[in-house]
Amino acid sequence: MLRFVLRRLQIALLVAITVSIVGFSLLRASGDIALVLAGENAKPEEVVRISHAYGLDKPLYMQYLDWGAKALSGDLGRSLFTNEPVTGLILDRLPVTIYVAVPALVISLLIAVPLGVLAATRPNTWIDRAALSFAVTGSALPSFWLALMLIYLFGVMLRWLPISGSDSWWHFVMPWITVAIGVIPLQMRLTRTGMLDVLSSDFIRTARAKGLSAASVMFKHALRNAILPVVSVAAVSLGFLLGNSLVVESVFALNGVGMLAYQSILRLDFPVVQSIIVFISFCYIFLTLMSDVINAKLDPRIGLR
Amino acid sequence: MTITQVRDTSVQPNGGSGHGAPLLDVRGLTVDIAVPAGTLHAVSDVSFAVNPGETFCIVGESGCGKTITSLAVMRLLPKTARIAAQRILFEGRDLLGLSDKEILGLRGNRLGMIFQDPMTSLNPVFTIGNQLEEVYLRHRNSGRREARERAEFLLEKVGIQSPAMRLGQYPHQLSGGLRQRMMIAMTLMCEPALLIADEPTTALDVTVQAQILQLLKNLQREFRTALILITHDLGIVARMADRVAIMYAGRVVETGTSAEIFAAPQHPYTRGLLACIPVPGSQGKRLGSIPGIVPSLIGENEGCMFRNRCPYAGESCRHGEIALRELSPGRGYRCILEPGHAISEATREPATTASQATVQ
Repeated sequence: MLRFVLRRLQIALLVAITVSIVGFSLLRASGDIALVLAGENAKPEEVVRISHAYGLDKPLYMQYLDWGAKALSGDLGRSLFTNEPVTGLILDRLPVTIYVAVPALVISLLIAVPLGVLAATRPNTWIDRAALSFAVTGSALPSFWLALMLIYLFGVMLRWLPISGSDSWWHFVMPWITVAIGVIPLQMRLTRTGMLDVLSSDFIRTARAKGLSAASVMFKHALRNAILPVVSVAAVSLGFLLGNSLVVESVFALNGVGMLAYQSILRLDFPVVQSIIVFISFCYIFLTLMSDVINAKLDPRIGLR
Repeated sequence: MTITQVRDTSVQPNGGSGHGAPLLDVRGLTVDIAVPAGTLHAVSDVSFAVNPGETFCIVGESGCGKTITSLAVMRLLPKTARIAAQRILFEGRDLLGLSDKEILGLRGNRLGMIFQDPMTSLNPVFTIGNQLEEVYLRHRNSGRREARERAEFLLEKVGIQSPAMRLGQYPHQLSGGLRQRMMIAMTLMCEPALLIADEPTTALDVTVQAQILQLLKNLQREFRTALILITHDLGIVARMADRVAIMYAGRVVETGTSAEIFAAPQHPYTRGLLACIPVPGSQGKRLGSIPGIVPSLIGENEGCMFRNRCPYAGESCRHGEIALRELSPGRGYRCILEPGHAISEATREPATTASQATVQ
């Protein structure tokens, strides 16, 4: 188990380095930053001066190493637009994004997993079909449209929930619903498929031959085997929610990381964009690592691979 | 799984050598399974009885209904199966009349089952200890500690060294033979009165097979458990069985004691099977085989199911249901031929065949 974790950590580290190189180069490849910084009407010598001041005249790998060394000490540079430290900018916005993503993921798991189990125990009945219809509808609805409909229904017509801002947890209810409905279908389908697969295995017949209750057979013997792909996908979903929160954040006027990324792209504020890209990638790497460890804990055979 | 109870017409139990009531008394068991092509008549009018502490072998080819019969007794058939029977009496209670909750209380407790493939029959994500203790905790009012002690005791019984260490291991850390020992220990946790073993050695190496069979025999004696052993291997029958039912195409075609079946087989199918056992030293002779294939059990069938492969088949085998001829209680065969018909010609020194099948 420990060896497994260490090996995964090594791989994660390699991926992290690769990601940072790619993230770094992509932005450099998108145009001459010194030109952007200097402004449209800048004189050539001014561009050269800026280029030198920011270290943009050094070879690319030197620029990467400089940036990497600073980043490791927590210094991601300053925003070209506001001149604030990037680290602070991101950390300011992160809580809002996390407060949308994590509870939404928990809610969707709490709904998707039992629903998937239920559908799998009664395949091809009305329950299964209803769950399937829900899944298809849920994944077909664009989240901006769903968010607007929720605002119209609960905010404007019924006046139950606040429609924008992030002052209390009430403000987050509609974002949670919006995000959860987008995530539930995949998790539910995965749970259902996994359960159907596991329920036909020999060891389930053994469990039933032992006289165990239906609940014990389902939730102890079957689910633990069926849940592994759900764990992996949940980790990826969470990464996705952290990195792609723009739509929900803009509809509900939440000032999160998605919003920051969007504004920074428009302003060509490359240190911020770059940092967010690398930050989100690192979130993915961390979450994948976590899901691997959880799965190895759930299924002892994984730790051997 | 739909269950229909056919009205009980005869009261007398149908088998056994007679001391007291049988432990399990199955009469008129029929299992139909809905399949896309129609109805599969997996088991038709199967009757047998198992006495306390004896070994009863159900023998037949793949698809003859032997596994379905045992799953019907356990009431473990899928929802698409329809069971009908006059009765399946176990310890005086009709299993077909029990509620789901009552049958759950019997399974793993009074009724145990060992499956064919030990590699897939244990849950890969729980330790052996967890899976053994679970049965005990489910059926006995006991604590974890008592369950663990019981598990260790049984692992020793099934011949496993350092049981405490083994209990902490996962199935993938054990060989096939060890896993089957674990399965046996698991089914014995609550000392069931009846153990059903469905081809328990088929998936194992030949060297391990003999050990497992010997183990089953010893444990059965020690715990006074009745054993239904399902197999296609007549060598195993000769070595293990007290009494035997030969099944073909969903029907019992012959029943009797092991000695009777091997010494004086009556049904042409049984004789054919015995002729297929290789006899060491009989060089130059062709090994027997039964020509033809098993008929499809989907849709309606009439007459003797074996007739298209039977050397004695005639016009009268085509129609009606062939009745089981009872020669004595527990001894019968399903054929129109008179008892003793042409035995010498169809079998070769049956007694030797049986004993030599044991040796190999």
